[in-house]
Amino acid sequence: MSQSTPVALEKSVPPDAPLLSVQNLQVEFSTSAGVVRALDGVSFDVRRGETIAILGESGSGKSVTAQAIMALLPRPAGSIVGGSIRYADRDLVTLPAKDVRRLCGTEIAMIFQDPLSSLNPVFRVGWQIAEPFRRRLGIDKRQALAKALELLDRVGIPDAERRIRDYPHQFSGGQRQRIMIAMAIALEPKLLIADEPTTALDVTVQSQVMKLLANLQAETGMGMILISHDLGVVADVAKRAAIMYAGRIVEAGTIREVYDHPAHPYTRGLLESIPSTTVIGERLTPIPGGPPNLLALPTGCAFHPRCPHAIDRCRDEIPQLRRPDGWEPTHVAACFRSEEVLAHD
Amino acid sequence: MLGYVARRLLLAVFVLWGAVTVVFIVVRLVPADPAVLIAGETATPEQIAALRAEMGLDRPLLLQYLGYLGKAVTGNFGNSYTQNVPVTQLIGQVLPNTVLLAVLACVFAVIVSFPLGLLAALRVNRFSDRAVTTLSLLTQSLPGFWVGIVLMLVFSRKLNWLPSAGLDSPASLVLPTITLALPFIAILVRMTRSGLLEVMGEGYIVTARSKGLPERTVIFPHAIRNATIPIITIVGLEFGTLLGGAVITETVFSFPGIGRLLVTSIQVRDYAVVQACVLVIAVAFVLVNLIIDLLYGYLDPRVRLS
Repeated sequence: MSQSTPVALEKSVPPDAPLLSVQNLQVEFSTSAGVVRALDGVSFDVRRGETIAILGESGSGKSVTAQAIMALLPRPAGSIVGGSIRYADRDLVTLPAKDVRRLCGTEIAMIFQDPLSSLNPVFRVGWQIAEPFRRRLGIDKRQALAKALELLDRVGIPDAERRIRDYPHQFSGGQRQRIMIAMAIALEPKLLIADEPTTALDVTVQSQVMKLLANLQAETGMGMILISHDLGVVADVAKRAAIMYAGRIVEAGTIREVYDHPAHPYTRGLLESIPSTTVIGERLTPIPGGPPNLLALPTGCAFHPRCPHAIDRCRDEIPQLRRPDGWEPTHVAACFRSEEVLAHD
Repeated sequence: MLGYVARRLLLAVFVLWGAVTVVFIVVRLVPADPAVLIAGETATPEQIAALRAEMGLDRPLLLQYLGYLGKAVTGNFGNSYTQNVPVTQLIGQVLPNTVLLAVLACVFAVIVSFPLGLLAALRVNRFSDRAVTTLSLLTQSLPGFWVGIVLMLVFSRKLNWLPSAGLDSPASLVLPTITLALPFIAILVRMTRSGLLEVMGEGYIVTARSKGLPERTVIFPHAIRNATIPIITIVGLEFGTLLGGAVITETVFSFPGIGRLLVTSIQVRDYAVVQACVLVIAVAFVLVNLIIDLLYGYLDPRVRLS
């Protein structure tokens, strides 16, 4: 695992340039009920060695963002209709899907929410982890399995030498996710997308898996996009956070700024709906209403029907991301009333 | 593993005993006395009674049953009333033919249907998919006896390319094989298509793609290995059915197989032959099912035994 530390790309791209730059990404799905705009102008950067968390409830477009980057959008229903995804010096939007596929695994890798359904049930885990080495690098079977064993050790599967011959169903949920991680980092990708990596796991296992991801990132210096609906899980690992709602990023900034001083009422609602462990018997504060129907989005700000701060302008005009007056330059929110929301605490 | 097979075989003994018992009763419930049929229309009641005594049909049913079971466990299934040869000899003559026909029909069906199903699944909702699906639906709706007769008319009578009856040369196998395989192909094509489509929506297919594997590798082996599991079951069950003799097809083509032997024996109330034929069919079914279950364990580690 030592022979190839970050190489080739370093030369072609300035070290401070973002590893991945998503600009104004738009994705549509055609369904029987009509065309759905799943992503409507999503922009963010990921730098080398940096972890960015993308947060939001189901249907907000978090996973679609990941699928769009990896050219994994379900075909033919989903397609990118606008924007760009720059990786190194290529635009993954205009690059043919076949060529994007070639970057998958070696440059960008991904782990998924449900490790059981994401592992092929009929192949041994060793075979599955060794597969990238064999098929992508042409390494022979014996050597590839040796590398798979190393990886299993590295992600903390006990007794790896024996377990390498087991099948996915013979492992626990946390171990399966470790196996997925081993498979994803096999070819030392420079960017890892983790789509709800701990959602299907027990709470105690969640922190172990997050710790593993953080450690691996520290060792390899890869960039990481951490997709989650759970604000607590990502707090210790991610440096920056982007909050998504109805296919748009509604707030972004360093995780401390976003968590401590939410400038968007939706972010605020999310944070307030987290049960407190310090006060027993306290009532939860839910966000009123339900997630928006993407087929019939409200006019103006998609959040306005659920928003306690909504004014007439919110109904008519879509707010753009902007820095609230007097706050950090890295902190942006798509709300006309950010100043009022911030003044609230 | 061995223990499992032993348990299954022990269970099979009871299944076979049940099958033999049911058939023993059913053939005797069918009207018409075999003695009357054999003796002919001109026979006197005395002659018929003598024949009944000779055949042992005058004894109480329970004694006949116990006597039959007692001999059967030693491998003696009695003689055919009509042909006066041991039943085992009759079955020994036709069983290999039926096995051969069943194997040919299954192999042919799999070879034809698998690529078609694959094509339909990979081109889902496009022209080739629609064509394959429609054609298989049409094929599935054709009755076997009709297909057999049409094939016979076209290829034997009109074109005179292939023999229409019997089993005198390998060419005699062509038409019965196609007749048996056609409806099976139709089912298999649809199974392969829907099975593959289902598998292609699974998480591990997304994983395989995210590993950067080319689509060819995503399908072989990632999708195929999973999609074949239900197909194996269908092929196995169909093979079991065909081993029991394709009664209609064998009759249409006068094919010397166990299906035709069964039909002709029922017509003349040849009790011993009917019972033995059904027993063979039951054995075939039990064995094929056991083999499918063992194969399942091999193909799907989740159901692997012990």
